[in-house]
This record gives sequence, structure tokens and C-alpha cells, in this order.
Amino acid sequence: MIDPAQGIDKVADVLIKDGVIEGVVDPSSGRFFDGYDVIDASGMIVSPGFVDLHTHLRDPGQEWKETIISGTRAAAHGGFTTVCAMPNTDPVQDSAAVVEDVMRRAAADGMVRVLPIGAISVGQHGKQLAPMGELADAGVIGFSDDGNPVADANLMRQALAYSIEVGLPIINHAEDKSLVNGGVMSAGTVATRLGLAGVPAETETAMVARDLHLAELTKARLHIPHISTAGSIIALRAAKERGVNVTAEVTPHHLMLNDKWVYGLHGDVPDQVGSQSYDTNTKVNPPLRSHEDAEAVIAALDEGLIDIIATDHAPHALTDKICTYNEAAHGINVLETALSMVFDLVTSDRISLTRIIESLTSGPAAILGKDLGSLKKGFSADVAIIDPEAQWVVEPEQFASKSVNTPLNGVKLTGRVVQTIYQGETVFDLSTQSASTGAAVDLGARA
Amino acid sequence: MTNPTTAVGNENGGVAESTPIAPSGEVEQVVVPRHHLLDLDDLAPAEITDLLDSAVSMLEIAGRDIRKTPALRGKTIITMFFENSTRTRVSFEQAGKILGADVINVTASASSVSKGESLLNTVKTLQAMHIDALVVRHPHSGAPYFISNHTDASVINAGDGTHAHPTQSLLDLFTVRNHLGDIAGKKITIVGDVLYSRVARSNIIAFQKMGAEVVVSCPNTLLPDEWQIGSTLGEETGFGGLKLARNVDEAVDGADVVMALRIQQERQDAGHLPSLREYSERWGINATRMALANDGALLMHPGPMNEGVEISSEVAHGAQSVVEEQVRNGVAVRMAVLYTLCAPGKSIRATNGDEV
Repeated sequence: MIDPAQGIDKVADVLIKDGVIEGVVDPSSGRFFDGYDVIDASGMIVSPGFVDLHTHLRDPGQEWKETIISGTRAAAHGGFTTVCAMPNTDPVQDSAAVVEDVMRRAAADGMVRVLPIGAISVGQHGKQLAPMGELADAGVIGFSDDGNPVADANLMRQALAYSIEVGLPIINHAEDKSLVNGGVMSAGTVATRLGLAGVPAETETAMVARDLHLAELTKARLHIPHISTAGSIIALRAAKERGVNVTAEVTPHHLMLNDKWVYGLHGDVPDQVGSQSYDTNTKVNPPLRSHEDAEAVIAALDEGLIDIIATDHAPHALTDKICTYNEAAHGINVLETALSMVFDLVTSDRISLTRIIESLTSGPAAILGKDLGSLKKGFSADVAIIDPEAQWVVEPEQFASKSVNTPLNGVKLTGRVVQTIYQGETVFDLSTQSASTGAAVDLGARA
Repeated sequence: MTNPTTAVGNENGGVAESTPIAPSGEVEQVVVPRHHLLDLDDLAPAEITDLLDSAVSMLEIAGRDIRKTPALRGKTIITMFFENSTRTRVSFEQAGKILGADVINVTASASSVSKGESLLNTVKTLQAMHIDALVVRHPHSGAPYFISNHTDASVINAGDGTHAHPTQSLLDLFTVRNHLGDIAGKKITIVGDVLYSRVARSNIIAFQKMGAEVVVSCPNTLLPDEWQIGSTLGEETGFGGLKLARNVDEAVDGADVVMALRIQQERQDAGHLPSLREYSERWGINATRMALANDGALLMHPGPMNEGVEISSEVAHGAQSVVEEQVRNGVAVRMAVLYTLCAPGKSIRATNGDEV
């Protein structure tokens, strides 16, 4: 059992009663828990349920891609018991009415907890501040125009300054659109060979630097979503050393993948461009960066400079991906593969298991300021049970998510969530799922 | 030529045979008895030479008074252009018709095809009509590869985005070979918009593959960020050995072929260039610059030309210019490609390209 919030990493029994944690006790050698159902998790890792600060549920508005029901079910399958829903819905979550609708339906139909994020600006248009006080009262946990950066520096400044009023963080998708200039993947050798317009890393780095200085100016709380460049890490380090009130997240795909995946060969580089190239399932924003950028964010996560892992789960329909690379929608379906993707960093001794668990549980809970992400007595009984030895092959058609847009199709991963408990109830149990079959791509064996 | 088993990414040995192509999430069992021409990067030099040899006899046929052969009688070729191009479309149409094929021209606007589903459906619709070859021009890089995954017709790339234009390269190789003989060892200088030019990219690959030394010159704003002026590219770039000249005079000096590329007004509008006038002064090919090239050097341009901008009228129509010949040769080369891909019993042997 691992609970970074309490500094626990030992063999133990977790007692759950009436949907809350009753306590953590030493192994029950000879002790009989009369009246308790017993889940035998020997050989497994028992972790607090994961908290995702960055989820696109597509509901309301794009229910053919995902719904609150399917998205929270996908979350449960991935070990997540709390997901924060990004506001780029239709209508946008820029008013109490929309936020309250999402919360009401999530409470009624969701398999796990949904915490909504409000828009920074009305309609996410970057012109006028959304009613941040009204949204805070309705229950949002932060503000973001995710997908649309707040391009206007003065509006960003005002949003940060106003956010102090409600005590919630501003989460700005950092991307200078004028530098994107039609780019669809990271600039570099891969983009040049494929003839795809490239996006330089500075597209992100420049706006991260701006936002950090504006957070310093306003003394407000800034949370940087899906940080992905080595340059952003340098700026983040300098800002934290100056005492800027900032936290940052990184996605599993920016940790595990890089721009070579666009060739469609799971990271291999082909001698020639081929029919499997232009893998539209690798198209995401921020784009998959260079190997060097991925190394930089891994190191920053390890040392705690990057605070947490968040999925940026972005489901899209087949028609959004069966097209040319230019036409394809941005986004990767991540919830159900997230733990297994980052678990590779544990098995390869890059990052400790405790740090990974922390970045999925108590780390994001601390940013939320909520009693979540720990197995402390009295906390909601949210638990993820991980089999560290489990090897499985990603088969998107088996996803609980409505969408299948992952570049990991057919890839073999190690380490898997096998059971998820939310408020004391099992919401996912792998042993009741249909067995996987099919061929696998073993990335490790190839290296 | 692209491996015919398009559903299987086995060209590199690293992907399991049964791995489905990625974008669809569904296993496509396309077993294709034909091949495609999507780029020249997967053709061995010997295959390119075969195509050029074939074009020699095609040129003779195309020059006859009665230009008609039954070689592709009963075959249907569709040209599908999502981008305007009179020259290339007519060239393919003429090539197909001389060979006796039925050629249908489809003009589609990529902007009206807002989602790939429509491109997919368009291709599947044509596929259902028993098409032998699809000649595709598309503003998005990779579109012909996408199409080749969803049809069993031969797909011929007539230019995709900023990626490749293989038949232009074949006709350029053919033109140079006709004048200078063996391409190996020749210095080929390309001046122009390398960042956005599919002709530049395909020609760099094609001429290097045939043993030529390729040098480019252009404003730094029209090079990929990771390419440094004054350097020679390494193998990891996919364009290994390409020299990036410090200036146009250095590039043209001692060249056997000087190729000027079309520079577009929109590059000025997008801030890549201060003005076309300045481009013309610093990178335009004129008589003074051509004098730096070898005696008997060829001046080429893929057209259409902006005379007075990237090329002066004097040299564009001068003794060293082979621009019109390029157009004439284009028909012959495209006949060779169509014949090789579509004629009964004919096909270019698929290779892994690593026997180069």
C-alpha cells in the first residue's frame, strides 16, 4: 500500500466503512475482519484513487465522442476516481447554469467524481472575463480556456488578478498561435521529412514565460497545463526559485512519446515515408515534442519541478482521425492507458513508484485543496489497485471510452489498474472484463 | 514503390504483421495486387533508371503524328485534383490518352471537403467504380498515402502539400539525363522556396539517389528551422549530404544544372520575405549568375514561372533554358509511370529501398 500524503509505503490492510476510509492497519495475520468483504490485493499496489486535473468529457455538446457516463467509466477503468472536466463543451462552461447541469448529471450518472473547470473568458473567446465569482460559487475548481490560449496579455493579467478574489488557479493553455503559423506537429526532422508544417517549441515556451511573469506581477495562482518543452522547464524553474505561485502538469504522452511516433511505427524511424506514416492518432496539442523535450519533462517530474501528471484525455470520433494529418482533430484518448504509460518510468528506474503515485493522487489533490488523493481516515474511500506485473496489449476497441483515438493501438504495456473503488464501491474490476487477444508491439524488446 | 500490403507496416521489421494501420482503429485487410508511386524515396536507383529508359520510347510515341497506342486500352484512370494545376493535370491526361486509357478528370476543392470522412468517401466511391489508377494532387502532405490505404487502385502522387512531387522529379531527371548523360557526379543547384516546395524536396531526394551533388540556396526564412545555412546535412535528416550554400553565387558556381523554383506572393505576405523585388535581387537567376555555372549548364524551372522574380526573362528563354522541354518530357515520363503501374502483367517490383 502506498499513500504519499501520509508517507506510507508498506504492506498493510485498508479498512473501508460506509464509503470512507476507516483506517490503515498492519497485516491481519490471524485477525479476522468480521462483517467486512475482503479484497485480496496481495502482490498488488494499493493506491489512493487517481485525481485527473485535465479531462475532456465532451458533454454537453459532443456526446458522440464522449459523455459524462462513458468518460467517467473510462476514468474508473484507468484508476481515476476524480476527474476535472475542461470547459470547452458546447455550450461552454462559462456560466453557473452549464456548470450546475454538468455537476447534477455527473452526480446522478457518473461512475466517479467530476469537478468542473470554468472558462476564463466568455465563450472561451479571449475577449471578456467569464463570471468567475458566479462560477466559483457554482463549484468550479479553476479556470481555463483550454484549447484556446488567452492571447491578450492584459486579459490574462486581469484574469489572474481577479482569480485571487475566489482563490482558484488560472490554467492557461500556453501557446502563441501566431508562431504556430499553420503547423500541425513539432518542427524538426520528422516534420521536414513528412512535409508537415512544424510548430517550434518556442510556441509554448514563450507563452509560459509570459504567464509566469504575469503570475509574479499579480501574485495569483497559475497552473500550467500539459507542459512539454525543455525551454518551459527552464522558465518554470526560474519562476519557482523566485517564489512565483505556480504549479505544472505533464501528460503521459508527453512523457512517453515523441515526434517520431508520427511516422506510425511506434517510435521507430523508417527508411522511407510509408503508408503507415502520418498517424493522425499522434496529432495532439501541444504536439508530441522531441526526444530531448521528453527527457526534460521526465527529469522535471522526477525532481518535483513539474508537480503532477494529468491526462488531457481528449476523445475524438473516428471521422476526426480517418483523414489527412492536416484535417485531423487534436487529442489523444488517455484515461485508460495513463497509469500503464507512466508505469514504464517505474519499471525502467527513471522515477520512483512513490513519486508517480504522488503525482497522480496527493499532488493534484493539493492543487485542488480538497480532501482527496489519500487513504487517510475519514477520506472518501477512493482506491486504485495496480498489478505491477500485469502485461497487456492496448486494444482501443475494448475501451470504456466512446472513442478509440490512441497511437498505442497494439502496444504492449506493463503495469495495470485492475480494480477501482469509488466511495467504497467497486466501479471497475478487470477480472470481470472480457479477455484481451491479439498481436502486440513490444517496445522494450525492440530497443 | 510502396509495399503492396498496405495494411501491414512490415517494411522495417519492427511491427507485427497483424498490426492494423493506426488511424482507423479497424483492421483493414487490403491485399493489393498493384503498386503506387507516392514518392521516389522508396525506389531503388535501378527502378528509376528503368522508368527513365521506358520514357525514352514513350517520348517517341508522344511525338508521332498519330499519338495513340492500345497499351492501356480498357483501363480507367482518374485524375483527382484538390488543388489547381493545369499543367500537371493535362500532362497526366495526355499521357493516359496516348496510351489508350480512359481518363476522367475530377476537380475537387479541398476546402469544401472539410472533413477527411468526405475524402475517404470520395475515394471509396471511386473505388467502387473499378478504377485502375488514381492520380492525386492534394494540398495536404500525406494525402496520397492516406488514399492508398483505402483503395486498391494504383495511386500516383501528383503533388501532396509540401511533401513530394515524384513525377516532376522523374521528368527533371529525364531532362538532365538527355542533355548531360550520367547524372552521377553532376552538381545540381536548386534556388528557391525549400520550406514549402515539394519539388525541392523530391528533387533533392531524386538527384542524390542518382549520385548527384545537390546544393540549395534560399533565404533563411524559407528553410526548415533545424537546417543551418552554410552546413551540410547529416543522414539523420533524411536529406543527408545536401549542401546549404551561404549565398546564391556560391551555389551556382560550377553547377551543371541550375533549377529556379517558383516564389509565391504569399511568402511576402506571410513575412518570409521583405519583398519580391529584394528576392529577385538576391536570389533571382539571371545572366550574370548563370555565367558562374559550368559551360553548357542547364537552366530548369518546374513552372509556372514568375519572370523577373525568380528567373529573368533573358535566361528563361535563353539558350541554356530547357523549361519547355521539361513540359514535353513530363508527358513521356508520366506515360512510363502509368504504363509501368497499370499495363497488364506489368508492375514495378516492390522493394524495401535498402538495396540502394
